[in-house]
Amino acid sequence: MLTIKNLKANIENKEILKGINLQVNAGETYAIMGPNGSGKSTLASVLAGKEGYEVTSGEVIYEGENLLDLSPEDRARKGIFLAFQYPVEIPGVSITNFMKTSINEIRKYNGQEPMNAVDFLKLLKDKAALVELDTKMTKRFVNVGFSGGEKKRNEIFQLAMLDPKLSILDETDSGLDIDALKIVADGVNKLRNKSNAFIVITHYQRLLNYIVPDFVHVLHDGKIVRSGGKDLALHLEEYGYDWVKEENKKAVTS
Amino acid sequence: MSGEDKILDELAGKKYKYGFVTDIELDTIPKGLNEDTIRFISAKKKEPKFMLDWRLNAYRNWLKMKEPTWANIHYPPIDYQDIVYYAAPKQRTKLNNLDELAPEIKATYDKLGIPLEEQMVLAGVAVDAVMDSVSVATTYKDKLSELGIIFSSMSDAIKDHPELIEKYLGSVVPQGDNYFAALNSAVFSDGSFIYIPKGVRSPMELSTYFRINAAFTGQFERTLIVADEGSYVSYLEGCTAPIRDENQLHAAVVELVAHDNAEIKYSTVQNWYPGDKEGKGGIYNFVTKRGICAGVNSKISWTQVETGSSITWKYPSVILKGENAIGEFYSVAMTNNYQQADTGTKMIHLGKNTKSRIVSKGISAGHSNNSYRGLVRVTKSADNVKNFSQCDSLLMGDKCGAHTFPYFEIKNNTATVEHEATTSKIKDEILFYCNQRGIPEEDAVALIVNGYAKEILNNLPMEFAVEAQKLLAVSLEGSVG
Repeated sequence: MLTIKNLKANIENKEILKGINLQVNAGETYAIMGPNGSGKSTLASVLAGKEGYEVTSGEVIYEGENLLDLSPEDRARKGIFLAFQYPVEIPGVSITNFMKTSINEIRKYNGQEPMNAVDFLKLLKDKAALVELDTKMTKRFVNVGFSGGEKKRNEIFQLAMLDPKLSILDETDSGLDIDALKIVADGVNKLRNKSNAFIVITHYQRLLNYIVPDFVHVLHDGKIVRSGGKDLALHLEEYGYDWVKEENKKAVTS
Repeated sequence: MSGEDKILDELAGKKYKYGFVTDIELDTIPKGLNEDTIRFISAKKKEPKFMLDWRLNAYRNWLKMKEPTWANIHYPPIDYQDIVYYAAPKQRTKLNNLDELAPEIKATYDKLGIPLEEQMVLAGVAVDAVMDSVSVATTYKDKLSELGIIFSSMSDAIKDHPELIEKYLGSVVPQGDNYFAALNSAVFSDGSFIYIPKGVRSPMELSTYFRINAAFTGQFERTLIVADEGSYVSYLEGCTAPIRDENQLHAAVVELVAHDNAEIKYSTVQNWYPGDKEGKGGIYNFVTKRGICAGVNSKISWTQVETGSSITWKYPSVILKGENAIGEFYSVAMTNNYQQADTGTKMIHLGKNTKSRIVSKGISAGHSNNSYRGLVRVTKSADNVKNFSQCDSLLMGDKCGAHTFPYFEIKNNTATVEHEATTSKIKDEILFYCNQRGIPEEDAVALIVNGYAKEILNNLPMEFAVEAQKLLAVSLEGSVG
């Protein structure tokens, strides 16, 4: 589905990603772990096409296409979804309105008619139930006055609505208490299937107790320094990131 | 919400949508203004003598006055002798019903998307359609007259209800109120008159569509609405105009009178031709709108969506005279390219326990200039006044300007006056968030702007709200990037 080859990227001339290689296949879930400043969120932003990041080398192939050539909206329309670490507020725009606009833009791109109101409301209801979101919430303005947990749940709700091929969850667990975390994780688990893939970016192992990944990659200083199965996450939980940093240093110096 | 989809369609076309000219034989007089011009207009309209005297008095006032220069707007001097002050579409015979309407006029309304018959049947809206200076069709008159409601053109009202006109015309906006109001009083061509009798609630939204249609013809509309004790009326006014290279002057006057326990809701969607991308052409919209809450517990509410005109100079105001009266002003003013808007309101608190609420949302894009100018005055005798004002500005790009000029004159220390003002820009983060959900930049901006203006749009009657949403999106075309 997605192949990242030797991806290097700068922010304001500072190199943040220093050669990322990653293969993402349909039906699988990938955890990207790493300490603060290791480049996790930068990777998410570069994949989604956020401005201000300069890709200096490498390539990203998504479904046979060069992803980096596409505008952010086209990436979204082709099935890439980013659950934001800090979802923004859009005053005066209800979640319902926002989602309707989003779905119909994606449909238009795919040569489909706008979704009719009945189908849309049914979809809205079903997906809200799936992520245990009160449908009353969908009448509220996007993220305005939401608690941290509500914002994150809204992201997962949108994910459910748009049914993307590749979902990137950027620190979705940050700022969540254990109950909110369980609900969010539960929603994600219900959405996992053979034809989609998830990249779960997190600092902590905690989320991975609930969203159990197929692969765990450890990012440090802009590179994937360790890869393994779900046990790797447990190891990190126990020993922290220091041993990774130490090992990395040794590898560099030796 | 289907409006949203329509916005997307609208965004595809780039030119001013309503730029077309109807070919109708006009009955005009030469350019220029003097007492004879006024006599001609008055005679043409078969007005009673008091009306001619009133007009001449206004004209003599106007001659002594100077064009105001205090507003934050700039334009070349207007040559008032280079304007045609009367133009009437020729009609073959007097109309008994809409079927007799001139086909060209009908076609114009069809292009505007407001077929009269459809509006009458579907929306239950009585339309007093004004083309240029003369009312060409008045509908639903019978149903309204059963309730004692008078809804007619100003010309007819002057002939049919001279006592009401003599009593109320100029009672809120006196002839000498300001330069443009004086000019209007002298030469006003037509407009609407509404009288709602005691205890009657108008069963439908009353609306008028205005349209400038003859080249070089100033449009001087005069509207008067009187709501008698315990009555209610909601009035809608919407405007579009064809493309012109010459600037066109539009100096309307609107007066509202609300007696005891009466309520008037006045909504405007203003979309006069704004000029082209370089600022060429467009309408000068110099309007005086004022209402008086004359009676106790009366209420006047102005809602306006201003997207058109090259220059807007407009301050819909409320004089709160009756105890417990309420005045409201809800406004979205959007300027793009080289448009200039200096708009706001005046809330004059004379009565005890009177309340006012001002919510103004300015949106500036391109090289435009957008000013809010508002006055809250609380007089000595007005105890326990409450006012809340909120003035928000949204800037798009770095070549436009937004200005706020709030004035407060508080002479009574029991007043509670609150003022909030914000200035913001559309943040890249929000645009990216929308992009990431498949929404391209221009549509994202339309979405954000409509959200920003929602509180105002919500005050509009449904069919107007959809139209207004479209207008905001269309008016923003080309402002992104």
